[in-house]
Amino acid sequence: MIMEITIVRTLLSILGITLVVGLNAVFVVWLERKVAGHMQYRLGPTEVGPAGLLQTVADGLKLVSKQIIFPRSADTPIFILAPIICLVPVFVALLPVPFSENIQAHELDVGLLLVIALGLLNTLGILLAGWGCDNKYALLGASRAVAQILAYKIPLLLCILPIILLSGTFSLREIVVAQDHSLWFALYQPVAFLIYLVAITMETNRSPFDFAEAESELVAGFHTEYSGMMFSLFFLAEYTYMFVAAAIASVLFLGGWLGPFFPGPVWMLLKIYFFLFLMMWFRWTFPRVRVDQMLSFGWKILLPISLLNFLLTAGVMAAL
Amino acid sequence: MFDSQTAATYNLETVGDQENDFILNLGPQHPGTHGVLRVVLHMDGEYILSADPVLGYGHRMQEKIAETLTYTQVLPYMARMDYLSALSYNQAWVCLVEKMCGYEVPRRAEYIRVLTTELNRISSHFLWFGAFLLDLGAFTPFLHAFEDREKILDLLETLTGSRLTYCFFRFGGVGADVDSVFLKGAQDFVDHMRSHLASYHDLVTGNVIFQERTRDVGVILPFDTWGYGLTGPVLRGSGEKYDVRLREPYSIYPELDFEIPVEQTGDCLARYLVRLQEIEESLNIIEQTIAGMPEGPIRSKVPKIIKPPEGEATMSVETPRGELMIYAVSDGSKIPYRVKYRVPSFANLSIFSKMAKGQLLADALAVLGSLDLVIPEVDR
Repeated sequence: MIMEITIVRTLLSILGITLVVGLNAVFVVWLERKVAGHMQYRLGPTEVGPAGLLQTVADGLKLVSKQIIFPRSADTPIFILAPIICLVPVFVALLPVPFSENIQAHELDVGLLLVIALGLLNTLGILLAGWGCDNKYALLGASRAVAQILAYKIPLLLCILPIILLSGTFSLREIVVAQDHSLWFALYQPVAFLIYLVAITMETNRSPFDFAEAESELVAGFHTEYSGMMFSLFFLAEYTYMFVAAAIASVLFLGGWLGPFFPGPVWMLLKIYFFLFLMMWFRWTFPRVRVDQMLSFGWKILLPISLLNFLLTAGVMAAL
Repeated sequence: MFDSQTAATYNLETVGDQENDFILNLGPQHPGTHGVLRVVLHMDGEYILSADPVLGYGHRMQEKIAETLTYTQVLPYMARMDYLSALSYNQAWVCLVEKMCGYEVPRRAEYIRVLTTELNRISSHFLWFGAFLLDLGAFTPFLHAFEDREKILDLLETLTGSRLTYCFFRFGGVGADVDSVFLKGAQDFVDHMRSHLASYHDLVTGNVIFQERTRDVGVILPFDTWGYGLTGPVLRGSGEKYDVRLREPYSIYPELDFEIPVEQTGDCLARYLVRLQEIEESLNIIEQTIAGMPEGPIRSKVPKIIKPPEGEATMSVETPRGELMIYAVSDGSKIPYRVKYRVPSFANLSIFSKMAKGQLLADALAVLGSLDLVIPEVDR
């Protein structure tokens, strides 16, 4: 009996996560194009489906039907492996994300650690993509992605630590519960909140930190040689990763599913798409930062501030 | 926000580590070169050791073509070199032939020429503004600039019949007269842009990332400007107050009241500021020509077949990119014996190798964008 429940639960989780990934990609790409359009005196997609909602589906079908081109000098196994390594971890990273008190694929004591660890694999995928296709633009893009990873990962972790101190747990669900009877952690930790926002923009390779792609410099960066479905896997991974990062941000800082009037999942989705909208707003407003500026920004400004913030929090907690 | 020493440059003395160097072909198909320009980059990681532009992918033998056609037939070819400032090219050729033959130009025609050329200058600067920001990775300013550029193109379309490759000026005048609708439209555009330029500054000029990306990047010293023959906003960004409209005035420019914007620092930011101020000055010029538009004919009597007397002549005009000089030799027949174009983009590109040396790839593309090159003009 317990065995059967576990199997059904696992199947439901897989189905749910696949649905979330698919529907999110359809919706976020549509949203991004609409947001970009309205910021640029345009309308964005309007033709396919109501208000152009099915445009992404049509684009997806087009990408699936296209030929996948393998460069002759590419390292084929790595070339094929790279998009998969980018995509699979984000599926797994959705496991511990709670959408309400009881909607969660799998409750983990170390859910937060798992998400952070899987986030690193994204960069491995980019590195393999850049290395495997034997293209100088792609290699430059990949090397940029690897160079930037430490510059944002350490401040990111140092921003998460105060939250763990406040809530006393690594479980994403427990972190939300800890905010139930107090203020949202964004109000206790405004500095960490802001730095986290910057860091996830860097982590998801979004403009103004999109060096790995950097269209005007590196053509398309690490995925220059990818076409058809292989390219769309990267695309899917990026948008899903944005979703995961935004979900973690709302869990850590904005109280996850907590909120008046609406049921939990609605609040959770509202907060997630609020963060996604912010990231789109950044992208369609700012020019790209230069690589060395980003590195010195990460190491010389974000790191000391977040370290100081962490030490202060720890000191105050100890004193209390 | 960032370090004050933003201009990261490579120490060229450490070159020699041959194992890590590589050659990167930037172009001829690359989103950062805005045309079929190819730059062979010798790189060490992200740093550029040397950059060699390779020209000629768009070479169309413009000078040779001009030697096989009559003076009138050459006129439409003018718009095909710098397709963003076709009217400045129109003006250079038309003024040159008028100079050779001694034709008179009615006052009203001169006013229409200046009015339309300055509108064309603004539209060219708008396109540069968008393309430069694209090079820096910002997409939205491009479409904002295009929205305003569209207004100019619509205006000029009603007058000249074309939107980009105008062939509007005639020897001894212009092709069509302006009416009150056009003049009102131009005045409305001036009023709109006066207030709307502030949004450009809000969106871009004040942005910290933009300033850090352009300040102290690609500095051109005043000493180099003359050696490389730089003109236009690239020269004026380095503190030289040189503008053909000021130094060798033509048409009615001496009667108009306008400033020549100059910036001292010589970096990408200075060139950016010069161009944005030029848009404002062009708005002033347009307003003055609308207010002072005289009545009268728009074309003087010129013979059907143009045969300039034997001799040679040069004519310089200020295009949005710098000084365009056309030199023509006539042997008394209806076909020019020799035509030479001295184009601003070609001269401005020549300093690129020097500026790119030791720069990061991202900076080199910002520099390339700030030079405002039109590749068909470079290649001719």
